[in-house]
Amino acid sequence: MDATLTSRGNWQSILGRYPFVPALIILIMLLVFNGMAEPNSLSFRSVNGLFKTYMALMFLAVAQTLVVSAADVDLSLGAILSLVNVTVVTTIGVFGDGPLAIVAACLVGVFVGFLCGLLNGFVVAGLNLQPIVATFATGVLFTGIALWVLPVAGMPVPSAYWRLYGGSVLGIPFIYYILAGLGLAIFLISRTTLMVKILAVGDDQQGAFQSGLPVTRIRISAYAYCGVFSAFAALCITGDTASGDPLVGNAMTLYSIAAVVLGGTALSGGKATLLGAAIGALTIGLINSLVFFVGTPSEWQNLVQGMSILVALMLGIFVSRRVEQ
Amino acid sequence: MSSSTAQFLTKARSHITNLSPNPLIVALCLIAGLLVVGEFLSPGFASLPQILRLLVVASILGIVAAGQNLVILGGREGIDLSVGGIVSLSAIIAGNVMSGADIGILPAIIACLAIGGFIGFLNGVGVTFLGIPPLVMTLGMLGVLQGLLVVVRQGIPSGLAAPALSSFVASPLLFGVPGIIWLWLMIGLLMALLLHRTVLGYRIYAIGANENAAKMAGVPVRVVRISLFMMSGMFSAIAGMCILGYSGSSFANVGDQYMLASIIAVVLGGTPLAGGKGGYTGTMTGAVLLVVLQSILTTLNIDEAGRQIAFGGTLLLLMVFYGRGQSLRI
Repeated sequence: MDATLTSRGNWQSILGRYPFVPALIILIMLLVFNGMAEPNSLSFRSVNGLFKTYMALMFLAVAQTLVVSAADVDLSLGAILSLVNVTVVTTIGVFGDGPLAIVAACLVGVFVGFLCGLLNGFVVAGLNLQPIVATFATGVLFTGIALWVLPVAGMPVPSAYWRLYGGSVLGIPFIYYILAGLGLAIFLISRTTLMVKILAVGDDQQGAFQSGLPVTRIRISAYAYCGVFSAFAALCITGDTASGDPLVGNAMTLYSIAAVVLGGTALSGGKATLLGAAIGALTIGLINSLVFFVGTPSEWQNLVQGMSILVALMLGIFVSRRVEQ
Repeated sequence: MSSSTAQFLTKARSHITNLSPNPLIVALCLIAGLLVVGEFLSPGFASLPQILRLLVVASILGIVAAGQNLVILGGREGIDLSVGGIVSLSAIIAGNVMSGADIGILPAIIACLAIGGFIGFLNGVGVTFLGIPPLVMTLGMLGVLQGLLVVVRQGIPSGLAAPALSSFVASPLLFGVPGIIWLWLMIGLLMALLLHRTVLGYRIYAIGANENAAKMAGVPVRVVRISLFMMSGMFSAIAGMCILGYSGSSFANVGDQYMLASIIAVVLGGTPLAGGKGGYTGTMTGAVLLVVLQSILTTLNIDEAGRQIAFGGTLLLLMVFYGRGQSLRI
């Protein structure tokens, strides 16, 4: 009896400090399963491919976590991703395809993402609208603007862009520099006072307000950062698909929420793990590849993927709830 | 802040909210306004046959929104993102069961209601017994349903509406009004009776307003919440069958558009996402408002991009009118 109590206490303190641990365990289990199903899937090459495909979702999951921490949610970030994607592609088309033009276009894209996030923050926190419906509406707006910028999918980016994204620099695949950048960003953001304030707002908005925190401004900054990270995700998607598509991100919004939850962040706000969100995004990627590698017939793949993600979601929440009690 | 001050402020605030316009009246005025604008832009927009056509489209959305409304009323961040998946699945199953024969209608209705109810039951169990937040549970269920759709469809469009179902949805039944609109009105009446005249209705508001208090008062909270998700699944199943009747055969993912539209209809109808307040009459006007708005944007001679921009912008504008959350300054 005593032993179980202390072991539960240990788990509790581990989960309290590192809420991403269940996600990490699921991730490692999936890696092992993948290796068993297809040893080749753990080769350097395949892992590179996995990161290349799911880097965008990792950034989106981190973006979503920032607003979820404040007990908000952003259903427009897929649309932001699409808008930034087409903006970057068309801007490169206008500036020409020199390296300087590409960098300038990326900066323009990030700025567009920032503006979108700012608008979201303004309508949700400034105008006090309900986040789910308000960001759905802004998402429709952003999709409309993306369609206006580029009505049909297919404008290619210069080869320098996607060659860099998929290639190597100094012998190391470029994707790992991005990964390191994401890791550094997660490390730094987790240590800012802004993150603490966002979590305070998410934990008890009224309490935060009464302790003198500028709640509205904090929520707006969370949305603005969310927009910026969605823009980073768009830069990755642009490198991965090498073209512009005004509807590329729409399906990714719901995946970003699943990744956040898989990572161990509660949607009720106040508790969050940015690292967990990135792990959650990889978990979704590994589930999808595992379903492929165990030889599921193609028409059954979506169903098995959906069920596995649902089970992983339920398991994660169920376990962390059990440990907390 | 002392509790008496808080009480006083809450009371004062409720007076202020009472002064703010009733969402139902705002929505009705907006609908009337939009119809006038539509008639001005394209003569015949507000003619009777055209209005009936709009109402047929609105009734399908309204039926999905009925279930969404119940789940949202039940509180604890209640929301059902799986409605779109259930609508698509039900349309396919109904089409295959009846495969163009009137005799298959009854088995199709039974099969669809059973499947919709079962999916809702699973949602409800996940939310209540496993403690999964509704947003996550129904989101995961949506993923499962989308996979299931691929399996059921096997890549080929299949299923055919029975002639009686098609005529029920599209052609006039009574006083020149199609049967589906009568069905919707009946559902509206039943929802009003359920919410305001039955024990279950009171319990729904009770758990939505304060779950703990309801529990202590002896409300079987879990059973009530599971029943809400089941009803939502069944309403979506009915809507799926209506879509089949409307379009003749089922095509890919017809239900997708209803997921967020049903939530918007509920919110525009004056039921806050926090639950415990509101009702279905408002949601019905919300559904009509949404459909009229979309129809006007289709009538306007603008491209897809302009339509989306206008739709998103108008939605935001409507929400600023009503659909605001609580202010921090009590």
